[in-house]
Amino acid sequence: MSEEKKVIVELNENPEYIINMGPQHPSTHGVLRFEVSLQGEMVKHLIPHCGYVHRGIEKMCESLTYPQVIHLTDRLDYLSAHMNNEAVSLCVENALEIEVPERVKYIRSILSELNRIASHQLWWSAFGMDLGGLTCFFYGLRDREKILDIFEESFGSRLLHSFIVPGGLMHDIHPNFKKGITDFIKYFRKKLPEYNRFLTGNVIFQARTKGLGILSKEDAINYGITGPSGRASGFSCDIRKVEPYSAYPYVDFKEILYNEGDTFYRYVARMDEMVESMNILEQLIDKMPDGNEYTSKMKPVIKLPEGEYYQRVETARGELGVYIVSDGNKTPYRLKLRTPNFSNLFIMNKLASGYKIADLVAISGSLDLVIPDIDR
Amino acid sequence: MKSIFNYITGIFKGVWTLLKGMSVTGKYFIRLDKIVTQKYPENRKKLKMYDRFKGEVIMPHDAGNYHRCTGCGICELNCPNGSIEVLTDKITTTEGKSKRILDKYIYHLSMCTFCGLCVKTCPSTAIAFSQEFEHAVFDRQKLTKVLNKQGSSLVKDIAE
Repeated sequence: MSEEKKVIVELNENPEYIINMGPQHPSTHGVLRFEVSLQGEMVKHLIPHCGYVHRGIEKMCESLTYPQVIHLTDRLDYLSAHMNNEAVSLCVENALEIEVPERVKYIRSILSELNRIASHQLWWSAFGMDLGGLTCFFYGLRDREKILDIFEESFGSRLLHSFIVPGGLMHDIHPNFKKGITDFIKYFRKKLPEYNRFLTGNVIFQARTKGLGILSKEDAINYGITGPSGRASGFSCDIRKVEPYSAYPYVDFKEILYNEGDTFYRYVARMDEMVESMNILEQLIDKMPDGNEYTSKMKPVIKLPEGEYYQRVETARGELGVYIVSDGNKTPYRLKLRTPNFSNLFIMNKLASGYKIADLVAISGSLDLVIPDIDR
Repeated sequence: MKSIFNYITGIFKGVWTLLKGMSVTGKYFIRLDKIVTQKYPENRKKLKMYDRFKGEVIMPHDAGNYHRCTGCGICELNCPNGSIEVLTDKITTTEGKSKRILDKYIYHLSMCTFCGLCVKTCPSTAIAFSQEFEHAVFDRQKLTKVLNKQGSSLVKDIAE
């Protein structure tokens, strides 16, 4: 039997067909590879392979001082840079038992919520584009630009800010900061119904998302699916509610919970979160104390006392945990990051198997994966 | 019978939602005043970055070619990526004391992550961020810059 015939016979005997989706696939939004075994058009089994953008951030942190660690955390989940910075800063402050000024707490929460809206806007744009609506990408980015302008005016950078540092903030916010946010909320409250008219109500979009990739509450808890993806399945996991930090105890907001847990409701949960974030922002802007203090007094060299410290915050994609082991030096002995996307990724096999390969794009898009956060 | 009815209503519903979506895009198609896109290379002269924009690290020199850097090396110590090298010289002053002055302030733009720690921690505010953002060059060597100008020296009020 010739070599060619052997292959054909093998294929006939074993109808499972394995293809690679990624690492350079436009809908994975980064370098992530899914090894998909197909039977006909149906996904039978799926193995995610990660590590293509592994930079060893945890190891790099061991040779950097605590203020220097901040700029690396930006590069985990680059769409929620402020929340990542805040996680490390809060952990260091807890260890040193420092109380930051009230104004700083408010500013930190404002930044987190702004960043959350910006992140969800980009997700909306990319999700619409994955499902064939290219116009979404332009509209989403147009509105995100308003937030990035606020960021750029105050911190000098658009994506990777390194603005929240242990002890407070890098420098004071810009005088136009408050006005920029109130203007943005006014603007975006008008634009959000447009999003819904444009994509949410669309019959093609609904047909491609409703009833797909259903995640049960038990699975969400077992796999540790946090963030809007987990909350769409009824898993109450909002750290802002469960373990309030910064200025979240002072504001009144509701946790977005749905019980359906399919791709469409993961979409709806994020859309509702944008509205809720704007409500939080309005309350925070009203209550924010005046003044110009932006940092508490810190020693020039920060040394944590010996011990283990853990702090978790809610990023745009779920729970981020920072675990610092200190041996009393100016650098951490070990810094472990529990990133939300890493946990969220490994539900993909359970969600996608049994559906068509075209639905795989919709399901992986609805989890809102950021690959550098997975590989870190 | 019911399935046929659902099929036909489905078609009309689909067309209706498509038209609803098209009304949004149509609105922006007509309203030319709502265009937010900037024509980047053409508007280069008008384009102004924000004052706080972190373009690249520069060392401001005043009119008499004086800078404010004492060569203490705190920025080099604080830089997480080693993108700053401060080379100093030892000189003897007229009073016979040996003193450290700045020889070369080398800045590797290719390694910089714009975290801003150097500018923040500088005790004599000798360095700052510029608004320059077009960093692309054909040769990698051009990204290594010497920030202090030829023949410049420390400004008088810090030197004393």
